Amino acid sequence: MATTAEGFDAHHEGHAAHDQSDHKPGFFVRWFMSTNHKDIGTLYLIFAIIAGIIGGAISGFMRAELAAPDLQYMGMIVDWLGGDGASFDQQGHMWNVLITAHGLIMVFFMVMPAMIGGFGNWFVPLMIGAPDMAFPRMNNISFWLTVAGFLSLLFSMFVPGGVGMGAGVGWTVYAPLSTSGSVGPATDFAIFSLHLAGAGSILGATNFITTIFNMRAPGMTLHKMPLFVWSVLVTAFLLLLALPVLAAAITMLLTDRNFGTTFFDPAGGGDPVLYQHLFWFFGHPEVYIMILPGFGMISQIVATFSRKPVFGYLGMAYAMVAIGVVGFIVWAHHMYTVGLDVNTKMYFTAATMVIAVPTGIKIFSWIATMWGGSIEFKSPMVWAMGFIFLFTVGGVTGVVLANGGIDDNLHDTYYVVAHFHYVLSMGAVFSLFAGFYYWFPKMSGRWHSEFLSHVHFWGFFIGVNVIFFPQHFLGLQGMARRYPDYTAAFEFWNQVSSYGYWIMTASMGVFFVNIGYALFAGKRAEDNYWGEGATTLEWSLSSPPPYHQFETLPVIEDHHSSNDHTSAQPASA
Amino acid sequence: MNFGETARNKLTFLTMLLAAFTVALVPIGASAQDNADAAVVADAVEGETAVAATGGFEHFGPDRILGQPTSSDEDMLASMTFQEQYTANGNYALWMHDAILMPIITIISLFVLGLLLWVVARYRKKANPVPSKTSHNTLIEIIWTVVPVIILVVIAVPSISLLARQYQSPPEDAITIKANGYQWYWGYEYVDNGGFEVISNMLDESEALDAGEPHQLAVDNRMVVPVGVPIRLQTFGADVIHSFGVPSLWFKLDAVPGRINAKMLTIEEEGIYYGQCMELCGARHGYMPIAIEARSLEDYNAWVAMQPGGMTRAQVGAEEAAAEVEDAQSAEEAAAVGDAEAAEAAEAAA
Repeated sequence: MATTAEGFDAHHEGHAAHDQSDHKPGFFVRWFMSTNHKDIGTLYLIFAIIAGIIGGAISGFMRAELAAPDLQYMGMIVDWLGGDGASFDQQGHMWNVLITAHGLIMVFFMVMPAMIGGFGNWFVPLMIGAPDMAFPRMNNISFWLTVAGFLSLLFSMFVPGGVGMGAGVGWTVYAPLSTSGSVGPATDFAIFSLHLAGAGSILGATNFITTIFNMRAPGMTLHKMPLFVWSVLVTAFLLLLALPVLAAAITMLLTDRNFGTTFFDPAGGGDPVLYQHLFWFFGHPEVYIMILPGFGMISQIVATFSRKPVFGYLGMAYAMVAIGVVGFIVWAHHMYTVGLDVNTKMYFTAATMVIAVPTGIKIFSWIATMWGGSIEFKSPMVWAMGFIFLFTVGGVTGVVLANGGIDDNLHDTYYVVAHFHYVLSMGAVFSLFAGFYYWFPKMSGRWHSEFLSHVHFWGFFIGVNVIFFPQHFLGLQGMARRYPDYTAAFEFWNQVSSYGYWIMTASMGVFFVNIGYALFAGKRAEDNYWGEGATTLEWSLSSPPPYHQFETLPVIEDHHSSNDHTSAQPASA
Repeated sequence: MNFGETARNKLTFLTMLLAAFTVALVPIGASAQDNADAAVVADAVEGETAVAATGGFEHFGPDRILGQPTSSDEDMLASMTFQEQYTANGNYALWMHDAILMPIITIISLFVLGLLLWVVARYRKKANPVPSKTSHNTLIEIIWTVVPVIILVVIAVPSISLLARQYQSPPEDAITIKANGYQWYWGYEYVDNGGFEVISNMLDESEALDAGEPHQLAVDNRMVVPVGVPIRLQTFGADVIHSFGVPSLWFKLDAVPGRINAKMLTIEEEGIYYGQCMELCGARHGYMPIAIEARSLEDYNAWVAMQPGGMTRAQVGAEEAAAEVEDAQSAEEAAAVGDAEAAEAAEAAA
């Protein structure tokens, strides 16, 4: 199953046509009218970092407010955003605006752009030996649509949306709170931001599917492509099938709000629960969209630093397919308390638990990859191992919540908040940092400080665990989510959780110092700076790769038959 | 009308007693009535008069609070798990969580952590300079597929059983109480007790502390319910979606506009149980708590009688019986007079 590009060196190829392949357009054309997958990937990563700073700052205000009972900071924020003399209701509304913005920003403008737009765009073409994506210009549209969506959301915070500015509807935007319950244009701008970002993602999905199906280098069959490419392929299908349903649901919100329809208004024959079905039919695949590319990156990283191929390649690839497919038939586990009938609730309980099986296969396969390996604990590997443990913790609380009867007492409590932050802030985000440190020298040509990366890891690891582990306790005790204030009994664990935020923030300071240092004074990086364990095609290129690569396609040679699973060759998977 | 006060006046008491017996006898006289019904009504009426004789109703004080979160200062371990449960289903769910789910998830998490630590120690470059080339092992792949399936089945059995229990239909004679969610307070409609609605608002901080109750949980008018009897608890959203959740009773049901959700609730012990609105509903989502006061059936009936428009089940039954007699009589009269239309209408109403 050898898919190394042994004997092929794109970099030398590049020298011969050096001037042509490295000729870059002027600044404005290069960065605002790009048709280059690497530049667009860079744009997405910078965008995701900026959005992450804003979304993270919002969560800082949230944790500051929740550090003690009573409202302390909401009034200040209302004033700062242009309100005045914050009344009690304005403060309550402001809280709802913050939690909505935090959720929407982190999901649609941080995790998705970073994983798919950032790393997907950068490395899918490189890993399959393609010169660019199938639709380079549409790639650019996807990016700028995402930016426009973010601007629309930010704008919504400065127009009226209820008792004050902004949309206070939750990232889930449930009707009728988001229809008759939110007067003013803010919610319309928030909905519009989802339309724009969604369109960008749908176009991106078609781009990835076409690229991966049609532009693999000769000799690279689907069963020889790296697992990161598999993960992006499955993710692209999920996006393609789920996002249109979100688009429909939020369009119906817009027409209910502005054009007199009553899709979700019982007075006109509509049903609020319909919205929930439509939203969560998108919403559940969405969470797999957020994690699958992370799974792909972790596979690449664990294999590289164990200096072994990933254990059970086919099982890993098809586990991701299974997660994607089953992910479409479990949505109502987000709706267990809405008044479902007993058989429905029993079905969704059983179906949701099924997903634990392919996910478990992946966890055990990563460990089996390390087993017998010769492991170097470089920072990407450390982040990957943190991911494996913490994602497991988040996953098992998911198994608890999957049980409809148990969920009755946990729904809309901090137990759910803890669960999804474990799988996101510790699953998705850890995989993003792992991928970042893995590929940063490749993308920039400069080394970061490995020491600072380790410091970042430990600070972040401790910080997020201090934030979110106590939230399990709060949820079990019944503390409701989306509350700006709580009864005195919940104070201790809320205080602890808020301390964790500062630890995490300090570690993020280390991250920014590290990147700043690297960009200005980092050592130059070689083609393959991780060594023999890195066997995918991007490591055959220079760091950074030439502006255009693989203008002559690499040919993937097959040193062993693809059925020889005991082969000795390190595979690219 | 204050039942107790009126009853204390002996003359009025005797008159009432006579009236009560007369009302009790009417169903026996009506040809269409079931004797069993009459017996029930008579018993209930007796019970009522007994309550009336002992005095009015007093709400529980903070010493009777059973369902509230525990502060870490008081009991660290208790603050890290579920609140104590006071319903049969709640206790079953708690058992399933503590005896099945928690051990399984703890073992799995520690197992994965253990494997990772082992790998760090045993397979780091210094300890294992030459990596193996194994990338398959069919046996272990089968094991780590089948074992999780078995674990999930072990979880699914009590899980499905719990759902079946939670969906048991309330019996015909369950007391129906409807919780209406408004922005931002609850209205408790006593459907089977005359249809009056109790509006329940959060007490502000100073009022709550004066009453000795926790702030953000204490309310002015609690939802009084009978203990030990099945309640058909319905929820309804008047404006946006709210959710009626009480952690110590393992109960949560969304209050959705356009539909009435219903679930059975049987509380085992008298006391005060706090809950909160559990679905984002606007600016004061965090400020519309729930306080249930579970009382003996006697006390409950006394409380009901105190409410404007409040009628105990017995009184409701008696009123319905009287209405039926009236309808039967007017049907008879109309028939006697030969007025076929009026007779039919009266029959239909009966």
